[in-house]
Amino acid sequence: MAGAEIEALIQLLARLPGLGPRSARRAALHLLDKRETLMSPLAQALSTAATSIKACTVCGNFDTVEPCAICQDRARDDSILCIVSDVASLWALERAQGYRGRYHVLGGLLSALDGIGPADLGVDDLVSRVQAGAIREVILATPATVDGQTTAHYIADRLSGLDVSVSGLAHGVPVGGELDYLDDGTINAALKARRGL
Amino acid sequence: MSRVLAQPEGLPGRRLSIRRLTLTDFRCYRHLRLETDSRPVVLTGANGAGKTNLLEALSFLAPGRGLRRATLAQVARRDSAGIWAVAAVLDGPSGRVEIGTGIEPGSTRRALRLDGEPVKAGDVAGLVAALWLTPAMDRVFMEGASGRRRFLDRLILAIDHGHAAHAGAYDHAMRERNRVLKEQGADPGWLTALEAAMAKHGVAMAAARRRGVAQLDRMCAARQGVFPAARLALMGDVEHWLDEMDEAEAEARLTKALVQSRSRDAGAGATTIGPHRTDLDVRHAAKNLNASDCSTGEQKAVLISMVLSQARVLLTEKGLAPLMLLDEVVAHLDQTRRLALFDELVELDAQSWMTGADQSLFDGFEGRAQFFQVADATILNPVADATNIHKETGNLTHEH
Ligand SMILES: [Zn+2]
Repeated sequence: MAGAEIEALIQLLARLPGLGPRSARRAALHLLDKRETLMSPLAQALSTAATSIKACTVCGNFDTVEPCAICQDRARDDSILCIVSDVASLWALERAQGYRGRYHVLGGLLSALDGIGPADLGVDDLVSRVQAGAIREVILATPATVDGQTTAHYIADRLSGLDVSVSGLAHGVPVGGELDYLDDGTINAALKARRGL
Repeated sequence: MSRVLAQPEGLPGRRLSIRRLTLTDFRCYRHLRLETDSRPVVLTGANGAGKTNLLEALSFLAPGRGLRRATLAQVARRDSAGIWAVAAVLDGPSGRVEIGTGIEPGSTRRALRLDGEPVKAGDVAGLVAALWLTPAMDRVFMEGASGRRRFLDRLILAIDHGHAAHAGAYDHAMRERNRVLKEQGADPGWLTALEAAMAKHGVAMAAARRRGVAQLDRMCAARQGVFPAARLALMGDVEHWLDEMDEAEAEARLTKALVQSRSRDAGAGATTIGPHRTDLDVRHAAKNLNASDCSTGEQKAVLISMVLSQARVLLTEKGLAPLMLLDEVVAHLDQTRRLALFDELVELDAQSWMTGADQSLFDGFEGRAQFFQVADATILNPVADATNIHKETGNLTHEH
């Protein structure tokens, strides 16, 4: 049907979350129709992002500056640290605008079956960060799944000897709820109603 | 999409009924579309024609892994690159909905759609209740506890959707724990976290089983007619603990038991205590015999009795008559029981889907059911009146 280049484009687009082959074909045709106003700027943006965006060495967020803008922001509260599994959760909390402390992105969740253990999540570094800094409170905002709650339980345990209070989000959401799927009001309510672990 | 249907919009009622079923690259079916009215459905045809695959497709509309417990890859048609879809237009108490599931391109996780929109399993869990009996379950009383446990959990999750979530979470945490235990110098903090999850979900599971068995036992014990009354009892540590303590105490006790069994479990390569070891004891009430001591025919009758009783529990508790998927069930029944089964299904007001080698097995069901003949993964013809079949080629039905 289409040439090899178009086919390759469609196949790459189809690998994006939420897109199937039909949506990918539609997207490819749309891009070709809007070559000047959309396709070229998008290609440019992708290329820039691929080279200039890095994971922050302090918190794990994505940014073009190191440390990231959130870590550099002096107006934020150094005494609270929110631990999330991934950058999508960090963004969800930022969108909700109810949290003004610092972050720590784990980059995954404990999963023995997937071969991800405490060392892979850098839990030792996290413990050092909490030991070293001015952190008074740690909020565990991992998902309400088994892996999310096991990870939260494990980290809370590792922090239990330190002089910080550890709390978890009040998940009034069904099992499996991830922050990225929640609306801002729900996220802020879950933050406000956080409970000691 | 419901607007394209010729039939009038479904009236809210207690019956769940499939009005249109569409399969794409599911098992032997490349593309199939079957339109049905709300009456029971009889599928006849030779072995291997694809009758059971149709029931399995329907079972995927309910929560869980379907009636063969197949993996998502196993149900994909060969040469389909693992992509498949099952979609149905369904009339239920809340009106007419279109529900679809399958593997979408670029994903290995099962997607669910409700009226075309992506949804999560929890959003549709209450929508489709299905109960089933298959020939694979014939020896359930003779074989190990795992089959009976699965049969019971399946019956319960048709009415208690939380049960599936807790069972899944428990199972996941247990498999994680078994894996951690296998490693040298297993991190005790990690084990503690996993055991906490197992205790929480395991006790919730046991509590759901106790509620479910109490309801089903009452219904089963009260049965009259040709399918025998049966008495059910749970045999499991955690379920027994709940006789004498509340859930919080049982959680603490299970946590402690898991900690104590770590070295034994590491050696065994499995978790040796917990509700994943529970068994269900079933007794034929009139004969006062354990079901496993009854004749093969009587065991089958007890199974049917349990499934029909659970349908009645659903009807009483939820006002919902579930889909009944009865694979090769009538072939082994005598004429009296066959007719009694047809009568009871009609009385339940359930849309049952039944399979059998030939139509004569369903003598006495004419006029009250719709008949289709299945051969070589196609529906040859509606054998009875008022049904239309469209065979179409085309794209995945779950992508709009
Ligand atoms: Zn940062």
